[in-house]
Amino acid sequence: MEKPFRRRDLLGIRDLTAEEITGILDTAENFREISTREVKKVPALRGKTVINLFFESSTRTRTSFELAAKRLSADAVNISVSSSSLSKGETLLDTALNLDAMAPDCIVVRHSSAGVPHQLAKVSKAAIINAGDGANEHPTQALLDAMTIREHKGKIEGLEVAIAGDILHSRVARSNIHLLTKLGARVRVAGPGTLVPGDFGYLVEQGLTVCSNVEEAIEGADVVMILRIQRERQDSAYFPTLREYAIHYGLTNERLDLAKKDAIVLHPGPMNRGIEIASDVADSSRSLILDQVKYGVAVRMAVLYLSTGGSPTQN
Amino acid sequence: MADEFHLVEKSRIMDSTAINRGLRRLATEIVEKNHGPEDLYIVGIRRRGVPLAERIADKIEKVEGKRPLIGILDITLYRDDLSTVGANPVVNRTHLDDDIEGKIVVLVDDVLYTGRTIRAAMDQLMDFGRPKKVQLAVLIDRGREHRELPIQADFIGKLVPTKQTEIIKVMLKEFDDVEAVGIFERPTD
Repeated sequence: MEKPFRRRDLLGIRDLTAEEITGILDTAENFREISTREVKKVPALRGKTVINLFFESSTRTRTSFELAAKRLSADAVNISVSSSSLSKGETLLDTALNLDAMAPDCIVVRHSSAGVPHQLAKVSKAAIINAGDGANEHPTQALLDAMTIREHKGKIEGLEVAIAGDILHSRVARSNIHLLTKLGARVRVAGPGTLVPGDFGYLVEQGLTVCSNVEEAIEGADVVMILRIQRERQDSAYFPTLREYAIHYGLTNERLDLAKKDAIVLHPGPMNRGIEIASDVADSSRSLILDQVKYGVAVRMAVLYLSTGGSPTQN
Repeated sequence: MADEFHLVEKSRIMDSTAINRGLRRLATEIVEKNHGPEDLYIVGIRRRGVPLAERIADKIEKVEGKRPLIGILDITLYRDDLSTVGANPVVNRTHLDDDIEGKIVVLVDDVLYTGRTIRAAMDQLMDFGRPKKVQLAVLIDRGREHRELPIQADFIGKLVPTKQTEIIKVMLKEFDDVEAVGIFERPTD
């Protein structure tokens, strides 16, 4: 039998092969039907424990992981930073070891520092799933974006994908750039010069283009992915005002008209309406923002299942 | 699965004619026992139960002029050996597009052996609603002595008492090169 994904941890898209990514997406495809049933639950992960360890606020991702765990019959425990012992001075490592002592099968972690899931994976016996680490990666977001694209475009290979906004601080952009280039899409990024990294290294050879303005990136695109302006991660002024950002970089209907006629619009949420995306674009039929959320549950069910469903296949 | 290539076929117990005849009899018995095709819901268990269910439905339609409802169950997520099978089994999709409430569901699989697959299938079925009855049709029944659960088939294509060391393979044109049922064994060297 073919094995789509033989890892225990999901730390980032960067480490995965195209086959592994496709394997996760195919599995997720088959999990979608479960959420349409009257009884939205299967016993696959009965008796398994999933801890959602969130050091940053999150509505969508945390709820999505919690529902995914529960629909697979796992027991889900949510820990958010305000109620954890970290606020009493415990180190991250000690928190991890203490959680580990309670024998969870999987820890889903989000943290504002890049690399935290990787550190936890070194000490924990549980499978570690990265739900966003600083500006590094957010693998399940890229997977659900890919699932949305596949659903509407039938494939990823050969597509032109524009990613616009705050590329510098965006883990969503990073995971998506890795995933889309691995699967053969051409990715163009654009944003304020202060928010686009100067050097993308080897990614340029794999189909990444840095555009000097948003119009250039969007022109002829099959997919337009808009990133959130992350005010909480910006410690200095990267652009003068939000209004100016909206004028020069926001996705309006006029800008979207530059894309292919059947282009789709994605946004990882939460949206800043009127800033990076105009309300009428966000609410239009080309925007698949709620589909992304829907597929998120299926993707996370697949990831939880593949990470904990069998005995660990990775030492 | 690499082992599969080293299996030796001991005997061939059904050819395509015999399979077809067996399925025709199953279809007739199903209709007879349930007094017609009304309320029948033929549900194949992945993988080889799926084409068998379709063929049984075809035969019922041919004789009765009415096609029963048809569905597909993938029992992977209901297996009782998920934590011991090692590598993750591949999950496929379940299709029960019509409501099973009040229907007579006939589960169809190729081989009945320990009964564990059928247990998983019944558990999954109950999550979709409350059928009036659940019956089981199999092409091959390997005999009661192998059963690990109190599960028996209502409709049996062929009863083949086997040893535990033997492997029954149902080969269908949808998945295999030939259409046949054979008894295989690992070489004893």
